[in-house]
Amino acid sequence: MTEFLWLIIALPLAGAVVLHFVGRYLGEPLAGWLASAAIGGSFIVALTAAIPFIQGGEHGETLLLWEWMPAIGANLEILWDPLSALMALVVTGVGALIHVFAIGYMHGDGRFGRFFTYLNLFAASMLTLVLAGNYAMLFLGWELVGLCSYLLIGFWFTKEGPPPAAKKAFVVNRIGDFGFMIGLMIVFTTFGTLSYAGVFDRAGDVLTTGLATAIGLLFLVGAAGKSAQIPLYVWLPDAMEGPTPVSALIHAATMVTAGVYVIARSAAIFELSTAAQVTVATIGALTAIWAASIALAQRDIKKVLAYSTISQLGYMFLAVGATAYVAGIFHLMTHAFFKALLFLGAGSVIHAMNDEQDMHKMGGLLKKMPVTAWTMGIATIAIAGIPPLAGFWSKDEILASAFARGGWFSALWVVGLLTALITAFYMTRQWVLVFLGEPRWDENASPHESPRVMTVPLVVLAALSVIGGLVNTPFRLTLEHFLEPAFEMVTLQHPPEGLGMFGLLAGLSVLAGLAGAGAAFVAYRQPREGWGSFEHAFEPLWGTWEEAYRVDDLYGRLIVAPGRRVAEIAAFDVDLPVIDGAVNGVARLVRGVGDWARPLQTGFVRNYGALLLAGTVVVVVWLVMGS
Amino acid sequence: MVDAGWYMALASALFFIGAVGLLLRRNALVMFMCIELMLNAVNLTLISAGRALNDINGQVAVFFILVVAAAEVVVGLAIIVSIFRLRSSASVDELSEMSG
Repeated sequence: MTEFLWLIIALPLAGAVVLHFVGRYLGEPLAGWLASAAIGGSFIVALTAAIPFIQGGEHGETLLLWEWMPAIGANLEILWDPLSALMALVVTGVGALIHVFAIGYMHGDGRFGRFFTYLNLFAASMLTLVLAGNYAMLFLGWELVGLCSYLLIGFWFTKEGPPPAAKKAFVVNRIGDFGFMIGLMIVFTTFGTLSYAGVFDRAGDVLTTGLATAIGLLFLVGAAGKSAQIPLYVWLPDAMEGPTPVSALIHAATMVTAGVYVIARSAAIFELSTAAQVTVATIGALTAIWAASIALAQRDIKKVLAYSTISQLGYMFLAVGATAYVAGIFHLMTHAFFKALLFLGAGSVIHAMNDEQDMHKMGGLLKKMPVTAWTMGIATIAIAGIPPLAGFWSKDEILASAFARGGWFSALWVVGLLTALITAFYMTRQWVLVFLGEPRWDENASPHESPRVMTVPLVVLAALSVIGGLVNTPFRLTLEHFLEPAFEMVTLQHPPEGLGMFGLLAGLSVLAGLAGAGAAFVAYRQPREGWGSFEHAFEPLWGTWEEAYRVDDLYGRLIVAPGRRVAEIAAFDVDLPVIDGAVNGVARLVRGVGDWARPLQTGFVRNYGALLLAGTVVVVVWLVMGS
Repeated sequence: MVDAGWYMALASALFFIGAVGLLLRRNALVMFMCIELMLNAVNLTLISAGRALNDINGQVAVFFILVVAAAEVVVGLAIIVSIFRLRSSASVDELSEMSG
């Protein structure tokens, strides 16, 4: 079966290439179905190849595709182990559903074919990232998904918002990449290779704590850029300018998980540095509560979800920081289900409301769009962590593991618990504002349920959000057994033993979730003046949250403005006078000499005759003198 | 026998007259005649030198120069005539379009 693994990357890549050339001629909806078939094919291949892992015990193997730079351990090789298999399944499975949804969502767009070219290219890039057998190939995929993110955020580049958002995403990511690259350089100089096999087996012997901490922290910088953690999360809310399927696929389910994946994959390195672990977990927990508080006060339906994603990614970082890698990857999976569902549902709503995204202008949509409403409701319950839906099991495993680790991590557990309350609150707030209450929309909007090509993926994701959590309950740790071979060399952090302790912790988080949801329900069920004064009561905090703590403004003054000033100086005070001056100066010099020499050509024959004669005399004299 | 030096002196005087005329006259035909004058001055120099040194090569060189002068006159006069036909003036001062 391993011989066919390359298909997983090749199918969407081929899809992208084909659509690049003939996408325009295939047109709607054929281009979309072709792209969906490509990624669907990848899913089937991945599923078939993952069967040995489901049966348990298999360790995984490496498939060499091409010898790229063997001297530094960087070939195009696929590592097929339980972790990469799970990531591939999530990317292709959820990705395929999003591709199908996009066929409906992008209906009527002038560049329909190009959209699916980019989506397929993204899928191929993300799969390169997760299936890589060495850091070089991972980094290749890493950069490519950044490129695709740029192309897709800026897809509607004729509008005002998308181009700067796309640039912002790419530039902020680059800052993270810088840290990541330095980390990779340290890995290379220490191990002499970039291949996973060469690094992880010898990590314990070769790395000092200091080196491991350095590498871990630098990888964290890269991961914080890609997975939108403090301080590099600012690009993700802006990325909502892209079409909603893009937000669902890239900025919820897949690309942003790359940072979590890198840390999980590098577990052998993080194992050796408690400092790095603590830093990762702390950044995660801090980001979780920071972003959740911002999500509380947002009016745009997609911005709520964007900050929610940042917050949930914080949970994943908390998990992998506490070395509860299985818990982190588990939450990655369940989050992909319900967050993709939430984004697609939001897309369904936006589509029905003629591109209106302000929740203050929605309301009462339950009867108009029942499928969307109920599936989003399921996702809301899931993300709030209410059992037995998926979010409960994964979020609780994270919180319980952090608690069990003890020490500083117990403090982070408290942060996580508070965040759970806030999460339940803002998600319920969103659902109530959009679907319940009196309609607040303009007369020209005529909301209707979306076509089946959009609602079927919603239903599938809703089903996954309900049962997806059951793969790893304390009663039956299926996922853990599945992933065990990938994490053999590290000690996994687990929730506390015994159902009693787990039950207590779980009960607390369920209580937090219910409290948050209940409070939001009560507050927002009221008519508009009611929740208006509720929000007003929290001023000035509410305003700060709505403005996202004015972080963009801070970065603008601290970094962007000085950067722009440096660019201005370089352009106008250095390049223009000095370099352009030098080049133009040479031209001026030549022209000056020409201006001086030109009058020599008077055009008068007699002048020329005189010069001729004079010259002859000189030559003769010289000859006579010489002899 | 007259001293060769006198012939040389005559030749140089002729050459000088020709050179000055070439520089100072505006009429193209007159300039041409001055050139002929200079050429013939050189001829005279060569012959008298040949006589003084008892070498036949002086007269041989003169033949060459005569032939070249004749050919040059043909071409040059053709050019001057066509310019004159164009401009109905033979003044070289007017031919100053190729200036900087």
